[in-house]
Amino acid sequence: MTAQISYADVEVGTELPARTFPVTRATLVQYAGASGDFNPIHWNEKFAKEVGLPDVIAHGMFTMAEAIRVVTDWVGDPAAVVEYGVRFTRPVVVPNDDEGATIEVSGKVAAKLDDDTVRVDLTVMSAGQKVLGMSRAVVRLA
Amino acid sequence: MALDQSFVGRSYPPTDPYEVGREKIREFAEAVGDTNPVYTDPEAAKALGHADVIAPPTFVFAITFKAAGQVVQDPQLGLDYSRVVHGDQKFTYTRPVRAGDRLTVTSTIENIKSMAGNDILDIRGEVHDEAGEHVVTAWTKLVARAADDEAPAEGQA
Repeated sequence: MTAQISYADVEVGTELPARTFPVTRATLVQYAGASGDFNPIHWNEKFAKEVGLPDVIAHGMFTMAEAIRVVTDWVGDPAAVVEYGVRFTRPVVVPNDDEGATIEVSGKVAAKLDDDTVRVDLTVMSAGQKVLGMSRAVVRLA
Repeated sequence: MALDQSFVGRSYPPTDPYEVGREKIREFAEAVGDTNPVYTDPEAAKALGHADVIAPPTFVFAITFKAAGQVVQDPQLGLDYSRVVHGDQKFTYTRPVRAGDRLTVTSTIENIKSMAGNDILDIRGEVHDEAGEHVVTAWTKLVARAADDEAPAEGQA
C-alpha cells in the first residue's frame, strides 16, 4: 500500500477534490453487465414505474462505486481504503436522454484516527438531493 | 410476516471459489469509468507494491451478494425477495481483492429486525483467499417492505 497523502499533512476539515460523475442509460447497461446485477428497475422504464419508481434508477452499488473514487483518486492507491460504508437513502433517477443524470461527490476529513488512518465523510448528491447517507471511508495514509 | 428470529447467527457453507480475472476487473473498472492504472496495468500495480492488478473497492460485492443468495433464497427463512431493497452496504478490508485470487464467501445472518411491518435482514459475508487468509468482510442490510405498503421504497438495490 502506497498512499500519496501523508497523515501529518491532513487536518480535520481537509477537503478532498470534488468530482461530478455522469450516468446515462448506457452507463447502467454497462454496469449491469460488469456487475451481474440485471434487476430491470435499472434498465426497464415500464417495470420501474410499475413498482412505484419515478423512472429507471441507477444501481445503488454503481453510486457507491463512483463515490469512493473521490477517495481513491485523492490517496492514489485504492488499497489505502480499509473501510467503506454507505446507506442508500434516495434513488438516482436516470432519464432516457443524452444527458442522463449526474452524481456529485465531495468529501472531507472528519476525524484523525489511530495507525495513520483518517475517516473521510462523503456527501453524494443527485438532482439537488442527497442520495447516500452515512457515506464514510476509513483510509490509511502514509 | 415477521422473519423467524431463530435464524440470527446462522451461517451457511462456504461458496465454491470465485477466481478473480484481470479482464473481469478491467470490465468493472471501465463500467464505473475509473481509469486508475492499478486496476488494469500489472506494472502500475507492482509499482504500488501489489502482486497483480487489484480490484476497485466495491468489486467484491458481486461475489458476496451472489453468496448471500443462499440466505435470501433459503426456503426455511421465507424472505419475499420481490419486496427487497438494499438498505446499507459496508466493507472492511484486510487487503484489496487482486487478480488471481480464488475467493470463498461464508455468509452469516447477523441480525433480523421487524420495524413497521418491514423485515430488516443483516447479512455478513466473510471473504477468504485460497490460503484461508481474510481479504474483506461485506455487511449487507436488506429491507423487505411490508406486503401492504404501496409507497415507493426509500432505498433501492
